[in-house]
Amino acid sequence: MKRFIAFVKKEVFHITRDFRTMLILFGMPVAQILLFGFAITNEIRDANIAILDHSKDHISEKLTNKFLSSGYFKLDSYLQSAEEIETEFKKGKIKLVIVFGKQFGENLNRFQSSELQIIADATDPNTANTLINYTQSIVRDFVASLNPGPPTGIMIIPEVRFRYNQNLKGVFLFVPGLITIILMLVTAMMTSISLTREKELGTMEVLLASPMKPIQIIVAKVIPYIFLAFFISIIVLLLGYFVFGVPIKGNLLLLLFELLLFVLTTLSLGILISTIAKTQLVALMISVMGLLLPTIILSGFIFPIENMPKILQWISNIIPAKWFIIIVKNIMLKGSGIDMVWKETLIILGFAMLFIMMSLKKFNIRIG
Amino acid sequence: MLPIIFVMPIVQLLILSNAATFEIKNLKIYFNDFDKSTYSNRLKSKFYQTDYFQITGESTSRKMAEAQLSRNTADIICEIPQDFEKNAVKYGLSKVFFKINAIDGMKAGLTVNYAQNILEGFISEINNELSYKLSSAIASPRPKSIRVNYSNWYNERLDYKTFMVPALLVLLVTLIGGFLSSLNIVREKEMGTIEQINVTPIKKYQFIIGKLLPFWILALFVFTIGLLCTRYIFFIPLAGSLLVLYAFAAIFVLAIMGIGLFLSSVTDTQQQAMFVFWFIVVIFILMSGLFTAIENMPVWAQNLTRINPLRYFMEVIRMVILKGSGFNEVKVHFLIITGFAIATNSIAVWRYRKKS
Amino acid sequence: MTSDAVISSENLTKKFGSFTAVDHITFEVKKGEIFGFLGANGAGKTTAMKMFCGLLRPTSGKGFVAGLDIYKESEKIKKRIGYMSQRFSLYEDLTVNENIQFYAGIYGLDRKTIRKKQHELSDKLQLTAYQNKLISSLPLGWKQKLAFSVAIVHEPDIVFLDEPTGGVDPVTRRQFWDLIYEAADAGVTVFVTTHYMDEAEYCDRISMMVDGRIEAIGSTDHLKAKYKVNSMNDVFLILARNVEI
Repeated sequence: MKRFIAFVKKEVFHITRDFRTMLILFGMPVAQILLFGFAITNEIRDANIAILDHSKDHISEKLTNKFLSSGYFKLDSYLQSAEEIETEFKKGKIKLVIVFGKQFGENLNRFQSSELQIIADATDPNTANTLINYTQSIVRDFVASLNPGPPTGIMIIPEVRFRYNQNLKGVFLFVPGLITIILMLVTAMMTSISLTREKELGTMEVLLASPMKPIQIIVAKVIPYIFLAFFISIIVLLLGYFVFGVPIKGNLLLLLFELLLFVLTTLSLGILISTIAKTQLVALMISVMGLLLPTIILSGFIFPIENMPKILQWISNIIPAKWFIIIVKNIMLKGSGIDMVWKETLIILGFAMLFIMMSLKKFNIRIG
Repeated sequence: MLPIIFVMPIVQLLILSNAATFEIKNLKIYFNDFDKSTYSNRLKSKFYQTDYFQITGESTSRKMAEAQLSRNTADIICEIPQDFEKNAVKYGLSKVFFKINAIDGMKAGLTVNYAQNILEGFISEINNELSYKLSSAIASPRPKSIRVNYSNWYNERLDYKTFMVPALLVLLVTLIGGFLSSLNIVREKEMGTIEQINVTPIKKYQFIIGKLLPFWILALFVFTIGLLCTRYIFFIPLAGSLLVLYAFAAIFVLAIMGIGLFLSSVTDTQQQAMFVFWFIVVIFILMSGLFTAIENMPVWAQNLTRINPLRYFMEVIRMVILKGSGFNEVKVHFLIITGFAIATNSIAVWRYRKKS
Repeated sequence: MTSDAVISSENLTKKFGSFTAVDHITFEVKKGEIFGFLGANGAGKTTAMKMFCGLLRPTSGKGFVAGLDIYKESEKIKKRIGYMSQRFSLYEDLTVNENIQFYAGIYGLDRKTIRKKQHELSDKLQLTAYQNKLISSLPLGWKQKLAFSVAIVHEPDIVFLDEPTGGVDPVTRRQFWDLIYEAADAGVTVFVTTHYMDEAEYCDRISMMVDGRIEAIGSTDHLKAKYKVNSMNDVFLILARNVEI
């Protein structure tokens, strides 16, 4: 035990002495979560639009006012001719052009119907889609106000309720994902690098020639990283909770248990990498290319998995982080208990055992 | 190493363009139909007919529906209350309830859009039928209406890949140019070989240019591969000028390499350099408009994006490839990115000199 | 096996696939001896040493360290040996004291002994002023001396030194050997590999390895007389390079 403590102490020195890395480790999640909470939103307000009004009557003006007072749109400019549409779009400032045809109001009065053209810059399809939806509902309301008396025809009012995240905040999805990435970064990447560094510097041999058993060396080496990872995760949880109101509805102990289970998985991955890699650079490359990027892209952290092609969905199943994110989301946001996440938990447990076995075997071969 | 550098970008582009998508399709919808009427069936079949929704089940148990939502087997629940049809016909007013899993706020927002569109379609369909019956019965005045024609320019089929692929090129070039340049010199430092170079008569700037030139060429090479993929794998035609695109890419890579170079001069180990670069790049990406439009951000955040070189390239590449914008439309961008390139590289070289 | 042999081997062999790194070596090292293990780079010196330290499992043959079987009792062996690798094995981002504490700690020394050792070492190496300085700030020669002292901080029976003097000037090398002598006088058996032939002269006995085999063994005087040359370098040239002198 004394030996063990001496080892852990030395590892703590390594970690705390690298001030820049520590700064990044703590600064990165904080900065990211603040950005996600405050800066990045999908809510569209004040989209720049241009208006080409060929008729310039009081009805087109009224409708224009409806558009501009809705809060969704902001007038960039009035266009004079259809040719300008293209040039304005190319400048990249406006998202939408509303074109009133000639005699817009007159047609409406005389023939009871009129036409309106709306051209969206669809380079960003989601924005275009959303903006067009806004215009539709504005026009609908406008038409209703033109027809006095009780509304003709049937009305069906949709009542929408958002579950688990009433204000559609991006941070809700981000907090579980961020915790996953941090656990990955600290436990898998940093341990693999720190183990390979001992190899690269030749100190590993000396450690192996000492009475410390290989398994003791590894365990002593990873313990500080486990604490570090936990510490940062908890900071993220607290930040999410107190600054953005991301709740922890489920059982905190269950959440911590799942965290621990996932950490075991990523740690054994890190150890596995260190048995393969001879230099820090290689360990770095494998961690980033083989672990971090696939995790960010295919775990459902940012991009919904359901919309990916089948083959990628299939690949995503072998990414432990995918299951972990599901678990964390369910526990934190939906308040699920173990009865709702036991399947995912078993899958992670399976991964953990597989990786631990593989890394132990690899490590032993290397020594033998 | 070399095949990796050639193959990686293609693989990344293929995977990312397919994976990094906010295109929402096949949303799983579950119905609680308490009415079981002609209208309710017609409404359901409307959902059935679009690509956006995929019906996962139906019951008259709210509890079961909620369970679907919490188990992620449904994204949205549509509840059609009892007397849905009766109320509509008799009083002209009825309700439907949508309950949406909103953990992913963006997806939830779009889901509502789609669902409401379908509902609107349904409403106008039955109203047309009714007014037709009505107008044949009594000659009442036709209500006023405005027909709206929509057109989606530059991406008629609203294909998300068209939006993402050009932007992913920016990412690719940034990662290659930035990572390699930030790791390279720090590696020499860590290995101690930089001392040897420092004692040779080679000038500092010669050393730096010699180090960076290959990466600059490499990054542009990767850019070329990416452009070819864009054209021949994703079938996104290049609307604008190739020259403008390359000129901008060339300056942009210089700016990014300047950042990498600066990082490698202020860090001691590869791990540090890589962590710091990663940190910066993630923030640059989040604030570049890659996924979420910059215009939606609060004003302070929008101002912050002004010091993000990725933002400018992201805008330029989308404008040039998709809309065919010419040099005139992006000349401000050119000016700014050139400023970046000069600034980052001078700071880096100054810092590097001071250190040794 | 003679009774005072602390290291002995009989036909010890290590193969990596079809390549034979160590080829049936048989020798003995006596207690308190400074035994030099010489040979060109790649002759198999380090591989042989790693088998004695329990870092590599031999393919065949017998080997004993401190009377313990290197196959079965490698964990016991590890408690009784010290090991210094080619690259000094000190942590650059730790201070002098922290390095001593760490290595003494993993050999299970108690806190009091560790503190005593810290004082002894810094006195002996004149490092008192540098106790709390990072290793990275020390000159190479000091690192080397400290690394050696750390390798014997737990007072092992035998210390294995793998090319300990790479990259330092002759004066520092000489100082380093003074430390080795001191340890040998205290009864520590020193097993040292090197490819500096002038260092062979400092050893009590040496063996010369060529392509995994021991080609010659004995005191330096004995070997020089046997091959009728004036320096160990010439012995090496005759054996390893087949040069006629």
